[in-house]
Amino acid sequence: MNTIDIIKPENKVYGKPTLMNDNAMHYCPGCSHGVVHKLIAEVIEDMGMAETTIGIAPVGCAVFAYNYLDIDWIEAAHGRAPAIATAAKRLNPEKMVFTYQGDGDLAAIGTAETIHACNRGENIVIVFINNAIYGMTGGQMAPTTLLDMKTATCPYGRNVALNGYPLKISDLLAQLEGTCLVTRETVHTAAAIKKAKKMLRKAFENAMAGKGTSVVEFVSTCASGWKMTPDQANKWMVANMLPMYPLGVLKEKE
Amino acid sequence: MAEEIKLMKGNEAIAHAAIRYGVDGYFGYPITPQSEIMETLMEEKPWETTGMVVLQAESEVSAINMVYGGAACGKRVMTSSSSPGISLKQEGISYMAGAELPGLIINIMRGGPGLGTIQPSQADYFQTVKGGGHGDYRLITLAPASVQEMADHVALGFDLSFKYNNPAMILSDGVIGQMMEKVVLPEQKSRKTEEEIRKEQPWASLGKPANRDRNVVTSLELDSYLMEQKNVRFQEKYKLIEENEVLYEAIMCDDADYIIVAFGSAARVSQKAIQLAREEGIKVGLFRPITLWPYPSKQLNSYKDKVKGMLSVELNAGQMIEDVKLAVECKVPVEHFGRLGGIVPTPQEVLNALKEKLIK
Ligand SMILES: Cc1ncc(C[n+]2csc(CCOP(=O)(O)OP(=O)(O)O)c2C)c(N)n1
Ligand code: SF4
Repeated sequence: MNTIDIIKPENKVYGKPTLMNDNAMHYCPGCSHGVVHKLIAEVIEDMGMAETTIGIAPVGCAVFAYNYLDIDWIEAAHGRAPAIATAAKRLNPEKMVFTYQGDGDLAAIGTAETIHACNRGENIVIVFINNAIYGMTGGQMAPTTLLDMKTATCPYGRNVALNGYPLKISDLLAQLEGTCLVTRETVHTAAAIKKAKKMLRKAFENAMAGKGTSVVEFVSTCASGWKMTPDQANKWMVANMLPMYPLGVLKEKE
Repeated sequence: MAEEIKLMKGNEAIAHAAIRYGVDGYFGYPITPQSEIMETLMEEKPWETTGMVVLQAESEVSAINMVYGGAACGKRVMTSSSSPGISLKQEGISYMAGAELPGLIINIMRGGPGLGTIQPSQADYFQTVKGGGHGDYRLITLAPASVQEMADHVALGFDLSFKYNNPAMILSDGVIGQMMEKVVLPEQKSRKTEEEIRKEQPWASLGKPANRDRNVVTSLELDSYLMEQKNVRFQEKYKLIEENEVLYEAIMCDDADYIIVAFGSAARVSQKAIQLAREEGIKVGLFRPITLWPYPSKQLNSYKDKVKGMLSVELNAGQMIEDVKLAVECKVPVEHFGRLGGIVPTPQEVLNALKEKLIK
């Protein structure tokens, strides 16, 4: 078989999702944001919902999420995405509405909005990027920062007396009656990406089926904020983040 | 529902007017003295008749962001609160102004600062017309002085905010919110269909059809040069509103030697005061701004060479008086009279203040 024979549509095993725009991404090399964007694009595309999806973008590194996914977007104030999504979905029940939020966004300034949208069981999807740090503003401490982990605002390492404990917010959200799916995923290996996509699809289907709020947490890397190479960041994540934030389904309602 | 005459509270009139205007969503959080707005909406169950969504949010911050979210979908969405709650909404109001979103916010003011009192006040004038949230923006501000106007300003507020893609506020207080008067409720208007919204608000994020670019509702622009241009465009828009949308009422101002300038409940009290003054042979008129921003400066200015003085009567320590002085270019004596912290002056107190401060 020569190359011409191989390059045929029926032989294609992988391609860029059509919903991903051709813009060069501003994310750092090794950042999880880009991979998660791609998964969302694929799920929306697979479900044929490009024309009926409204994304709620956060503040943080993903503030420009709207530059990459070719769907309609609403840009939220820091932490307020779940409130915006609540209204967007209630006023347009037939639309697919999802938020995309970092740990600073979802677990700090927007804790109230997150908990209450989940507790009301809003039929939305919350995509939660947990990189244990504030990436965009220069690597400050997040609620999810690990103990002893160094950040710009805990330069000697997170210390319980000064900073309190890391917040396992997804565990908390799983306790709420309104959530129908809470799961913790990663995107550092091909297998993990495949599984994460399956869960993301489930979350989107739940929202359309009116089952309640689905939260998909991605334990993520922030190579820049952690001051590591992408490879080191992945390894560090597995060794340090996953023991604190174990992967898997935390809650699934049938 | 056909046009109807009823007796009700100002707060209730707002709720009924909202349903009849075809509002798509109300998002609020309870606070005295305006809770009847959401209570009435819940009681009326408009989701069963017009499809209007009514939701009690977990906080004012959340409620205003729900308004932002609904407005970003091109819907007619509103919220209401009272002073401390409006402080919390300022973040969202600034974002709405920055994203050029229409929407209606109602402030039934009470005495402050802080937790203050639950009695009527007009102490949020500065916060409303001079800023409140961050950035160079303006909020279209309507000041009803009767239950009828509470109802009418719902439609007016939405119409103006959609005309200019800018949030609007009804700035009222506990007097007008709680008092009962006769009100003519308008005929039921239908809610806009998605097709109509897509046509009239082409910027709305309602899902991207294959034949258009994606819509992004945002107030973000990291390029300072572009952000400056955006601000310049905002200022041009604000200028247009100032030129075209000023509303006021002048009562017996033509032959007046003195003019009382007052809005909302202070204007109601002052209306009685000018009557008392006239009975004593003192020619006093009442100038009542209906839009507080845009302020009727030109119209007020036209009296500066005809009167001996103006008295700004407000339920605060003297806030609107600055706009009165600017309007008349300090060419006529302008004094302030107000009661603070939730006290409403009597008409006689207003008349006494006028005599003391201006006639002597
Ligand atoms: C009201 C408000 N406070 C603070 C900020 C500054 N700010 C921007 S992004 C950010 C942190 C975002 O961190 P996270 O949500 O974890 O996202 P990441 O950048 O790590 O992807 C902060 C504090 C803001 N934009 N608005
Ligand atoms: S700073 Fe961190 S979160 Fe932000 S783009 Fe870079 S790696 Fe990603």
